[in-house]
Amino acid sequence: MELKLGEKASLRQAFGEVLVELGEKDERIVVLTADLAGSTNTDLFAKRFPERFFNLGITEANMMALAAGLAMSGKKPFVSTFAIFAAGKPWEQVRQAIAYQSAPVRIVATHAGLTVGEDGASHQMLEDINNIRVLPNMDVIVPADAVETKRVIHALKDHDANPVYVRLARAPFPVVFDDSYEFEFGRAKVLRQGEEVTIFACGLMVHQALRAAEILAAQGISAEVVNVSTIKPLDLETVIDSVAKTGAAVTAEEHQVIGGLGSAIAEALGEHWPGRRASPLERVGVRDRFGQSGSAEALIEHYGLTPEGIAQAAIRALERKRRR
Amino acid sequence: MNGEIEALKRKAYQLRRDVVEMVYRARSGHPGGALGMADVLTVLWYKFLRADPQNPAWPDRDRFILSNGHTCPILYAILADKGYFPREELWKLRKLGALLQGHPSTAHKIPGVEFSSGSLGIGLSFACGVALAGKLDKRDYRVFCSISDAECQEGQTWEAALTAHHYKLDNLIAILDRNNCQIDGPTERIMALEPLAEKWRAFGWEIFEIDGHDYEQLISAFEAALKGRGRPKIIISHNLLGKGVSFMEGDHRWHHGAPSDAQFEQAIRELRLAASSQASGIGG
Repeated sequence: MELKLGEKASLRQAFGEVLVELGEKDERIVVLTADLAGSTNTDLFAKRFPERFFNLGITEANMMALAAGLAMSGKKPFVSTFAIFAAGKPWEQVRQAIAYQSAPVRIVATHAGLTVGEDGASHQMLEDINNIRVLPNMDVIVPADAVETKRVIHALKDHDANPVYVRLARAPFPVVFDDSYEFEFGRAKVLRQGEEVTIFACGLMVHQALRAAEILAAQGISAEVVNVSTIKPLDLETVIDSVAKTGAAVTAEEHQVIGGLGSAIAEALGEHWPGRRASPLERVGVRDRFGQSGSAEALIEHYGLTPEGIAQAAIRALERKRRR
Repeated sequence: MNGEIEALKRKAYQLRRDVVEMVYRARSGHPGGALGMADVLTVLWYKFLRADPQNPAWPDRDRFILSNGHTCPILYAILADKGYFPREELWKLRKLGALLQGHPSTAHKIPGVEFSSGSLGIGLSFACGVALAGKLDKRDYRVFCSISDAECQEGQTWEAALTAHHYKLDNLIAILDRNNCQIDGPTERIMALEPLAEKWRAFGWEIFEIDGHDYEQLISAFEAALKGRGRPKIIISHNLLGKGVSFMEGDHRWHHGAPSDAQFEQAIRELRLAASSQASGIGG
């Protein structure tokens, strides 16, 4: 798959392709899915390495515990299914067998967020960052585009100390990184320098945040954009340094504003804020509601996860900063 | 053979005394299931399981996975007796900072513990993963997984049953503690399981149904199960909850709970007497 800046590209296809590359390098890599080989693009691995691919049927709880058994027997399992069936249905198995045992399972969830589209609320997982972030030992990564997805999946090959959850989507996302992009686990990256407000974003919202910064620039407002692809462990240094400079923050995520990136940033600013005067924070995301059917584009618009929505949140944050 | 069986029976009674003392000293825990499983686990651990207490991570060791984790006092008693950790640890069970957690924990690095259980229905899936890894690596270790009868009320147990059959995991032997008891009462009153053997047979498993306190049946069941090829095996072991302590036997209220001082004295006395009857060849 060729990736061109600004064009849309599939994250799950990037995932599936890199899995095959990893499979060539390390025979300890095994891949599991629950009747979603095609949708998760793990069928690419299945074709190349059928003996190391396990389609467990629709047994997600079983799959998570089984993956822990493989991981604790020296394998490097990648488990892939839809986010609702990875961080929702088998949550307790993830907690008990994977997180508590710190079994190095790589959970790569696809079809997270509203951009699942027409299938509606049952399939639009908006609580997964929350569900996984709360578990000790679990890392959480949300790549912004297909380029970052490739880098992340490559990095997971040697992510052996503890388990990790990676959040991907169904819809293709605009490519925001060129081929020179490097992913560094645990580091948030400043993608655009700014002086007056910081926009922290993950996933699709990184692209939206970069466009929001352009809208703001046209109005004479200097916004910094930070890609928080590692949500846990959170890069406190980058987060605090940026807000210490700008004095105002916006978060943007395709997730509930409760429990996700917005909460993680609020916790960080609340606990670690060094200044005397608090900095305002505005959270853009889904506000304590379920999703619904519609096209990905229509849903993003309807729920306000747009560049304009982020720009408006930035302006609200700036107004609050001035009133301090 | 008879001498061997008598020695095994004495061992089981010794382990039962440790179980009762652990729960008594901890003032909480689950003695009933642990006492009922003492015979089947003694036969497994002292006759069949290939393991090295000096090297708990030996890659070719047989795995013992305790899915019904609340019965862990019997596992802890075995592990201490085998030398995986000092016996003194048994008396710190369930205390803050202790090695021995209320339920088995790999997070606390308890030597000999392969899986963190406590939440029912998860262990058999984990065991399938360990068995699959053994197949992939062409290692000849066997995976023994203890499950309880009431765990068969968990849907995930049957997901795992499908999986073990689908992947022909003949290196997996489940041991089902059929004591007919669960916390709230008899299993058949709470959520009926029978015909239980037929259910497992229908899922494609090879069934061995035995009296879990009859050593000849136990030994021949393990021997046969270890020979079977091409599909997973399950030993349905009919066990008496609380076996060996008269006032606990068959009473579901001893699923959990610690004995009083007087009850503890009586239990130890009964278990010593039963063990010495074995020594003199009487009873059993």
